[in-house]
Amino acid sequence: MNTVIIDHALLLAAILFCIGLLGVLVRRNIILMLISMEVMLNATGLAFIAAGSYWGQADGQIMFIAVVTLGAAEVAVGLGLTLLLFKRYNSVDVDNLKQLRG
Amino acid sequence: MCFHQAVPRDRRSNAINNKELKIGVEMQATAFNILFYFTAAVAVLSSIIMITRYNAVHALLYLIVSSLSMAIIFYLLGAPFAATLEVIIYAGAIMILFVFVVMMLNLGQKAVEQEKLWLQPKVWILPSVLVFALLFVLLGAMQGTGVSQQVNLVSAKQVGITLFGPYLLVVELASFLLLAGLIGAYHIARSPDARAGGTARQHDIDQNVDRVGGNQEQGGQA
Amino acid sequence: MLNLLWLVPFFPFLGFVLLVSTSGKMPKPWTTMIGAGSIGLAALTTALIAYEFLSQDMTSFQLHLWTWMEAGNFAPGFSLYLDGLALSMLFVITGVGFLIHIYASGYMYDDEDFPRFFTYTNLFVAAMVMLVLADNLVLLFLGWEGVGLCSFLLIGFWYKDPANGLAARKAFVVTRVGDTAFAIGLFLLYKHVGTLDIQEAMIKAKLLWTEDNATASLICALLLGGAVGKSAQLPLQTWLPDAMAGPTPVSALIHAATMVTAGVYLIARNHELFLLSPDMMYAVAVVGVLTLLMSGFTALTQSDLKRVLAYSTISQIGYMFLALGVGAWSSAIFHLMTHAFFKALLFLTAGTIILSLHHEQNIFKMGGLVKRLPLPCILFFIGCLGLIAVPPTSGFWSKEQILNATWESSTGGPLIWLGAVLGAFMTALYTTRMFCIVFLGPSNGDVHEPKGFKFVAPLVVLAFLALVGGVFVETAWQLPLSNVFPGGHAPHPPTVIVVIAIATPFLGIAISYLFYGKRVFSAEKFANSALMKPLKTFFDSGWAMDWFYDLLLVKPYQWLAKINKKDCVNLLPDASSAAAKILHAALSMTQNGQLRLYVGVMGTAALFVIFVVVFL
Repeated sequence: MNTVIIDHALLLAAILFCIGLLGVLVRRNIILMLISMEVMLNATGLAFIAAGSYWGQADGQIMFIAVVTLGAAEVAVGLGLTLLLFKRYNSVDVDNLKQLRG
Repeated sequence: MCFHQAVPRDRRSNAINNKELKIGVEMQATAFNILFYFTAAVAVLSSIIMITRYNAVHALLYLIVSSLSMAIIFYLLGAPFAATLEVIIYAGAIMILFVFVVMMLNLGQKAVEQEKLWLQPKVWILPSVLVFALLFVLLGAMQGTGVSQQVNLVSAKQVGITLFGPYLLVVELASFLLLAGLIGAYHIARSPDARAGGTARQHDIDQNVDRVGGNQEQGGQA
Repeated sequence: MLNLLWLVPFFPFLGFVLLVSTSGKMPKPWTTMIGAGSIGLAALTTALIAYEFLSQDMTSFQLHLWTWMEAGNFAPGFSLYLDGLALSMLFVITGVGFLIHIYASGYMYDDEDFPRFFTYTNLFVAAMVMLVLADNLVLLFLGWEGVGLCSFLLIGFWYKDPANGLAARKAFVVTRVGDTAFAIGLFLLYKHVGTLDIQEAMIKAKLLWTEDNATASLICALLLGGAVGKSAQLPLQTWLPDAMAGPTPVSALIHAATMVTAGVYLIARNHELFLLSPDMMYAVAVVGVLTLLMSGFTALTQSDLKRVLAYSTISQIGYMFLALGVGAWSSAIFHLMTHAFFKALLFLTAGTIILSLHHEQNIFKMGGLVKRLPLPCILFFIGCLGLIAVPPTSGFWSKEQILNATWESSTGGPLIWLGAVLGAFMTALYTTRMFCIVFLGPSNGDVHEPKGFKFVAPLVVLAFLALVGGVFVETAWQLPLSNVFPGGHAPHPPTVIVVIAIATPFLGIAISYLFYGKRVFSAEKFANSALMKPLKTFFDSGWAMDWFYDLLLVKPYQWLAKINKKDCVNLLPDASSAAAKILHAALSMTQNGQLRLYVGVMGTAALFVIFVVVFL
């Protein structure tokens, strides 16, 4: 049978999450920020899957489905906002949003 | 995440029994492990490369690699359904969306130059410190078993039964979320021309939405 | 039947609730029905209760409704206490009050705030009845403050004119000075006697203190402070003339017949306490006689019809205080009643005159009204006779009793008697002056007399009472006060004293008539002579009391408020608001729209939380 040290799967999830976070923090391009966030979401899904696999329960995958749904919705809205941002400032620099004052 | 405390005794003994199986199985297991760590390395590397690309399309390609390797890992962890979803939704749908937007914006070489300006080495210092600290803390939080353990296969059928049984509410919530995303994206991303040329009624609605947005920003300011 | 005593305050209160809950949306006839009808029902109940009470020859009757509040041994109840004194007051409040309400339903009919007027007056009558029927001093204080509130509201009834609001505020603040003294007096009484139940407190006080006890005197002095505030006596009388800013029926109801006599009632109700302190009795008499003299002089110089009547009210209440001071308790209440009759009559007739002349109140712009307003003239004449105390009008009988008692009393004496007689002379002087200026002499201006049942019937009833009420009480039917106040032999001063007291007003009438009626002497020339001119100005300003208080209290207070503009007490609240502003500025700096900063902060926070949870 296939065996795996579950800690390593979780470790991978943590590393990927941190890489995604680093991307979000560093990149000013809003598209790249969204892409990095996808990596973060993926990492979260991986943690769920790993836990589900450990317990042999379906709950982990269900949470993964929820995360995927969240990711899809987030990307849809986020890219819409990207288009709006680009139309307004002709740039994908997220720091332009500083000018949005009430 | 102290798994060993919560593991039932019989399951752990199962795991130990599993180790005493045939050599052929062990060989297979070794190949399995190699595949696992290799794929994990690919995922980490492609992700790191991804966040450092100047060109958005390149970054997207590395995201595809990352997603595909994740799908393999899901499969290895005994979640074939999730692996399928990963390929279809991430590597398929979401990626197409990204590519679509990048093509619409048509950034070109100028954006690459801009990215080079933005991504100077000093920019990386502070976020890296923060991220490594976070990673360190996360590792500290995972005092795992360190014990190799059999992969439990969770089939798509099991997932379906659970999903439409006790987790029916999640399905509902997901549907609401997707609907909200659909309407939100539809409204936000329409071109200004369409807004201006809309009927009077539509114009009113837009104004209302703009005002709501303005209020939210005010709330943020306060 | 007596158990229905609670209906007397209940009917006016019900009227108040009905009127206030419909907030003036009701048709005017309904408003009249409720506003005046509730007082009428209260008067009817009073009459029935009086019949029962007197026919059974009862001394007192107590009705406990419910316990108001409870704290240790202190448990004042909503309890009503009826005795002869309370009954006499009830007659005045509900009876005269009803007549005034009928008049007001005509007088105020065209006012846009007609329902509001009846709302206030109904609340006033309810509070006044509570004051009179209160079994304990706490409940009495509730009624006391209730009538003060209604007085404030009604003086400022036409609030759109700032002067009226100012007058209302002045009345409220000045009476508050007295009320504070009253409240302190209550605390002191409770501290020493251990109860505020009036009857119980009186019995205990008599056991606790001997005559001339300092504590008893102090309590009496504080109660007197409350009484002079409410009854507009020296030195807190300055609010009453300004209170004439209110509608005329209000002046008749509150500032002549009922509320201003609450101080008299308070002292009469606590007379056993005052009997323990002859010094304070003397003080009451001196306050009374000084007030009546002072306001008599001032009334002589006023040119506003209602202000003349206001000063005469102060003067007449001075007589009541004098009566209280010399121990002629029954006479004080008797004078209270007769004064309510003729002063309500005078005020209401003045209201008719003022309405006829299109709200003209200056007496020098009247004149010659005897031909044009014959009925009001007759009624006003009757009122004046009562005020001057011409025999056999009701005012004569009560004032006669007071003067006689003053002569004989140990706390009175010839000097005080002389002051009172001089006051009677002044009364005759200014009343005749007022009557002559208003009704005699050349006529000018057009007259539009309001007609109708509502304008005539109450006046006729009041005139009848002012004429024969005194004789009636003196000969046929005694006020039911013998069980309340300590009895004593009727005063019989020497005949010459009595004759002087009776003759003096006639002298005043004669002199005044020569000046203002026949114009044998010129009043203007006399008033403008070198000697009299400053005096006239002095009297006209109400003995410069307003100026004096302004200098003594208002100016220093304003100065203090000016230098303490940044209130030092406010430092702490100001500091907290400043801190909130600084924090707000700091927090709003974090909301700078830098999305990556947000993410960084969230990451740091997550780092921190996980670190704390896992490693600590």
